[in-house]
Amino acid sequence: MSNDNAKTNFQWVGKRTRRPDGVDKVTGRARYGDDMSMPGMLHCKVLRSPHAHAKILSIDTSKAAAIKGVKAVLTSAEIPDHPLSKPPYAPIINDMHDISRNVMARDKVFYDGHAVAAVAATSERIAKAALKLIEVKYEVLPHVLDPIEAVQPDAPILHEDQFTFLGDKTSEIPSNLFRSSVGERGDLDQGFGEADLILERDFSSEPVHQGYIEPLACVASTSEDGCVELWTTTQGHFVIRALCSSLLNIELAKIRVTASEIGGGFGGKNTVYGEPVAIRLSQITGRPVRMVMSRKEVFRSSGPTVGSRTHIKMGVKNDGTITAAEVETWYQAGAFKGAPTGRAVETYFSSYTIPNLKATVHDVCVNRPKVAAYRAPGAPMAAFAAEGIINELANRIGMDPIDIRLKNAVTEGDQSLGGSVYGSIGLIEVLNQTKNHPHYLAPLGPNQGRGLALGYWMHGGGLSSVSVHLLDDGSVTVATGNPDIGGSRSSMRVMAAEELGIDIELIKPIVADTGSMGYSHLTAGSRTTFATGWAVINSVREIIEKLCILAAKKWEIDVNDVSWEAGHAVSTKSGDSIKPLSLKELAAMATKMGGAIAGHSEINAGGTGAAFCLQLVDVEVDPETGHVTPLRHTVIQDVGRAISPDYVEGQMQGGAVQGIGWALNEEYVYDDQARLQNTGFLDYRMPVASDVPMIDTVIVEVPNPNHPYGVRGVGEPTLVSAPAAVANAVENAIGKPMSSLPLSPPKVLKAIEQIQVAAE
Amino acid sequence: MARHLITTTINGDEVEFACQPGQTLLEVLRTELGMNGTKNGCGSGDCGSCTVIVNDRPINACLVLGVELEGAQVETIEGMADGTELHPLQQKFLDHAALQCGICTPGILNMAKAFLAKNPDPTESEVRFGLAGNLCRCTGYDKIVRAVLDAAQEMRAPK
Repeated sequence: MSNDNAKTNFQWVGKRTRRPDGVDKVTGRARYGDDMSMPGMLHCKVLRSPHAHAKILSIDTSKAAAIKGVKAVLTSAEIPDHPLSKPPYAPIINDMHDISRNVMARDKVFYDGHAVAAVAATSERIAKAALKLIEVKYEVLPHVLDPIEAVQPDAPILHEDQFTFLGDKTSEIPSNLFRSSVGERGDLDQGFGEADLILERDFSSEPVHQGYIEPLACVASTSEDGCVELWTTTQGHFVIRALCSSLLNIELAKIRVTASEIGGGFGGKNTVYGEPVAIRLSQITGRPVRMVMSRKEVFRSSGPTVGSRTHIKMGVKNDGTITAAEVETWYQAGAFKGAPTGRAVETYFSSYTIPNLKATVHDVCVNRPKVAAYRAPGAPMAAFAAEGIINELANRIGMDPIDIRLKNAVTEGDQSLGGSVYGSIGLIEVLNQTKNHPHYLAPLGPNQGRGLALGYWMHGGGLSSVSVHLLDDGSVTVATGNPDIGGSRSSMRVMAAEELGIDIELIKPIVADTGSMGYSHLTAGSRTTFATGWAVINSVREIIEKLCILAAKKWEIDVNDVSWEAGHAVSTKSGDSIKPLSLKELAAMATKMGGAIAGHSEINAGGTGAAFCLQLVDVEVDPETGHVTPLRHTVIQDVGRAISPDYVEGQMQGGAVQGIGWALNEEYVYDDQARLQNTGFLDYRMPVASDVPMIDTVIVEVPNPNHPYGVRGVGEPTLVSAPAAVANAVENAIGKPMSSLPLSPPKVLKAIEQIQVAAE
Repeated sequence: MARHLITTTINGDEVEFACQPGQTLLEVLRTELGMNGTKNGCGSGDCGSCTVIVNDRPINACLVLGVELEGAQVETIEGMADGTELHPLQQKFLDHAALQCGICTPGILNMAKAFLAKNPDPTESEVRFGLAGNLCRCTGYDKIVRAVLDAAQEMRAPK
């Protein structure tokens, strides 16, 4: 297919148009996960473990089941068991053995909040009352929360059947270490030998939750013929269908999943939690079952991102050339394997041409909820360490932080440590635009510091399916299989209108259910505008082909003499004076001349673009309290092509503020029994409007040559670089490197006091 | 459990509902009256998603009991538009792309409406503190603040 990414003259792409689902969302009409109810519906509540690590000795549900209004009580005995997956393991593991145990504990509980039993009752109040009557006998076991402690010889072992995977064999004794991802190139000894300055540092970051405002919610309804209807808030209803099918041994075609509007996800709604439980309870009771998590349950039981412990060493010449870097990182996977270690290797040092490199990242189980994706899984904590040590190196050799990055910046043809070879990329453009930005040149006041950091993400491609239908009156429906998490309907509409050459208001985009479409992978990794948008373009081009055939038939000329221009079929025969036919005219003819006109596309999109983002942050540190106030914030990012600039900016701004929260406030607080203490938004402190400044954005457009319109993806790099940029700003404000997130007031105050003591 | 019969006014219409003593206004709106526009993000007054206006004051519907509403004037997102004409705040939220997922939007719109009624000409900082009880995880607040400031300006302009 010919790609038009060199095209710069667009009718709709890049325009600021109102989103098609906007009115529903400002009037309360939009229906989210918790907004569905069905006649006769039961309410499900889940009993959760009060222990971080324990054997389940027995569960007695008889008293709960005897309550009036309770229709079923479920334990793992009602969920099919699955064998452990065997090597070779996929880079991203969906192990049904683990997932089935995560949705309902089988023999052991692995974290505070782990589901143990569930009740379906005629009201939520009755279901809650019944939970209190379920008697569970536990044998409490020692727990471990820290990934380095978890790999020590005397650490409590979570899974007696997990052995460390060592490529060609496995360890002989059970281990919390599942596997390690390693990337290396060059010669480290030689590289460090060439350096004028070598630093070694330790960095740590804590798990943070995606913090979507809409709790997890679903309604399942099964019928006597074995069919399942599921309504759920998810980033990928086709993935939910696949997981429920595998977990519960139901044919895919018998499960129809409708994605509700989704109230935020950020990676956290990529997998199943309540869905298989609600389906089983519906199968047992014969009635629809609703399951909605409370906020407390969301914090205790759904996956945050990984926490990390990192040891990093980097060498630099006095001219700023980075000669070598070596890093070892321990990621806490939570209760089951699957930390994004491969992504960490891919993103470590990926902005730089460092010739001698080694990164080792460990996937370690600990007694916390199983991690889920969060906006560039594995990357922000890697960037925090890499960008932090570069900041200190630049300070030590007296080099401008942009100059050191320019000196080592990757360009087309260079390779990431994970093996991605960069095509046309915009890193140099991003750095140069930052250097000339007024923010970079503005003066700072006392106790203020400016920090910057780079972030990289290789966006997702993959499977997308689209159906576009031309209707009799010339209006058009665009059906995709991707939930609209932040304005993707708008982008789909813009791309369809651009191809057809008609007013966007004639196009209605919808998110179709799993029964109506081919497989579409998650709305994740910023793949929707890239891959699903590409499928929209393909589908519309099929329609245009059919319309040209129709016009040729009507005009009784060869179809090769018909082209599509500005929403019209046009005869290109020289000397021909045939009046062009508009889309509307052709639409009216179609059903009388052969049948309705539609275009479909089912693709596996490759060629995603590498995207780089630089964040520039000014902070002020209160020397009395250690409190950090963000003062000014600019995000400069190569997005390839901004299809809907409003929502591109929105992604950049939202990621930046999530990064501020990650850098300054957010962490899980456990008591000495590893019970989570901050299970609400009051104590798990995400940024509020008064915590943050305006977030300025600079959209850099270096088109991705692999996409018809040059799209790369936008959601992730902004969060990748944000925590590091904030930490570097604090370092530059107080004059001491900050290596442990979050930079809460006590930590910052302690650092300030250490500087004062050292000075005395 | 005995239910109490409550008579109140919601979006200008007299509404009668029966509720249990422990049911919150949020539960009444969503489950008894089927008004799903008011969202539940936390149930503990921390996120502001369920912000509605009761007797001209913005409140978290999850922190008020249904039985407290006898004779009250309740305004929810379903009544914000004037018939088929969107409220200036709703218009400006669309113009400025001040929403992504949209789950916090009804609560923020109600909070902004109540805030502007008290402070029709706010500074950026005043808007930020006025909305500090309403969490948004998607937008970073930038476009929300711009939309509220722009709506304030339009609402101040003589008709």
